[in-house]
Amino acid sequence: MTQGTTPKISVRGVKKSFGPKVVLDGIDVDCAAGESLVIIGGSGTGKSVLIKCILGLLRPEAGSIRIDGVETVGMTRAQRETLMRKFGMLFQGGALFDSLTVWQNVAFGLIQGRGADRDEARRIALEKLAAVGLGEAVGQLSPAELSGGMQKRVALARAIAAEPEIIFFDEPTTGLDPIMADVINDLIIKCVRELGATAVSITHDMVSARKIADRIAMLHKGRIIWQGPTAEIDRTDNPYVDQFVHGRAEGPIEMEVRAA
Amino acid sequence: MTNFLAPIGATFLAFLAVTGRIVIFAGQSLGAGFTPPYYPRRILRQIVDIGYFSLPVVGLTAVFTGMVLALQSYTGFSRFNAESAVATVVVLSVTRELGPVIAGLMVAGRVGAAMAAEIGTMRVTDQIDALTTLSTDPLRYLVLPRLVAGLVALPFLVLVADIIGIFGGFLVGTYKLNFNPSSYLTQTGQHLETMDVVSGLIKASVFGFVVTLMGCYHGYHSRGGAAGVGQATTYAVVSASILILLLDYVLTAAFFAK
Repeated sequence: MTQGTTPKISVRGVKKSFGPKVVLDGIDVDCAAGESLVIIGGSGTGKSVLIKCILGLLRPEAGSIRIDGVETVGMTRAQRETLMRKFGMLFQGGALFDSLTVWQNVAFGLIQGRGADRDEARRIALEKLAAVGLGEAVGQLSPAELSGGMQKRVALARAIAAEPEIIFFDEPTTGLDPIMADVINDLIIKCVRELGATAVSITHDMVSARKIADRIAMLHKGRIIWQGPTAEIDRTDNPYVDQFVHGRAEGPIEMEVRAA
Repeated sequence: MTNFLAPIGATFLAFLAVTGRIVIFAGQSLGAGFTPPYYPRRILRQIVDIGYFSLPVVGLTAVFTGMVLALQSYTGFSRFNAESAVATVVVLSVTRELGPVIAGLMVAGRVGAAMAAEIGTMRVTDQIDALTTLSTDPLRYLVLPRLVAGLVALPFLVLVADIIGIFGGFLVGTYKLNFNPSSYLTQTGQHLETMDVVSGLIKASVFGFVVTLMGCYHGYHSRGGAAGVGQATTYAVVSASILILLLDYVLTAAFFAK
């Protein structure tokens, strides 16, 4: 495989269980450089587990995860720390450090992770906050003083502060009103495009998925049951996907829930 | 017979597994200190938090412990006409045992619980995972500074507790039991040896490490939201308190057994 065709992220046969519960049962999915991949699926289908396996926060029991063609499963602590510099992550709840101010949160990866000068890191943090529509005054506040939407924007600013090659978004619009959700979607598109980054998002918000995805993959029962370009998701004859994207109570997914 | 032994065996194996996990956690955390980046400011902040801000609670318990000790010793020794040993008993008890144990237990309640709650909350709100994604090792950033601070701060805290505890005994001895202040102080210093104080300070250092280790370990591995954090806090305080009392016996036996 030549450098040009090597996927930015390649996941092959990844399995992960928690006790007797099999969460990921042989995941195969690729994401090309500069592509925005959205993984959809119901609650508890293992979307967050998959993203944590790719990030190295969880170790899969089997399978291969390659970043730029380099195997990451089984990396040492030091190798993982270096690899993390390629990543940015927006957590579902923001995961802002409540003992630090907003600008310190945004600058954290620059100061602690990369040893950047404090003044320079502050300047970059304020620049990134401005990029997500937050003024300098917000930088001095504590995360607890912000609304949910503002916290998401700060978390987005933190995720892009070190200009990562790959950005992960975990349920970026969950818990937000539709207008704020759209603002966040626009910011994600803008930031990813400006950085030229690869984006992997997980969501069950189809409005968000349609807006930010180049390609969508659906996760169900620990497997990718469908993947394709965003435009094709409405044309698929896969009954699981059809039920999920139209949000219907009746269908194969609901039947399985009832049977359980 | 098998049914009776099975739960005992399972409990013992679970105990060994937890012990192993705690030792690995401590080893990994301390091991992280041998490679950069280093966080001296965070260590200093933790030393201030553990040492300086625990002074009021440790000082208060130490002064009352010294006072009660003098009073009880006097009550007991007066039955054998050995009242003059009160000062010696107070100073040896405080420096060898009560100073480090009382300070350790107070710090377990104040600092160990706070550490478990803070790190536990960081765990359940994904803040620890966020540290990892920001190229920062959580063990190096969160745990190591606390362990080092516990090791360093407790001996200083105990030294102050020793002085305050002895002073408490002196107050009761001179004002309530009518000892001559000068002879009380002479008695205090007469039988006190360097090893009495040093052994107490070594104990303090070990207790400081144990308290912070339990706080960090249980917080770091907490699960399940607010209930999980609450449980981690309880485990941190209970396990640290038990270990302090257990290690106190082990260390005393090691230092003074003949």
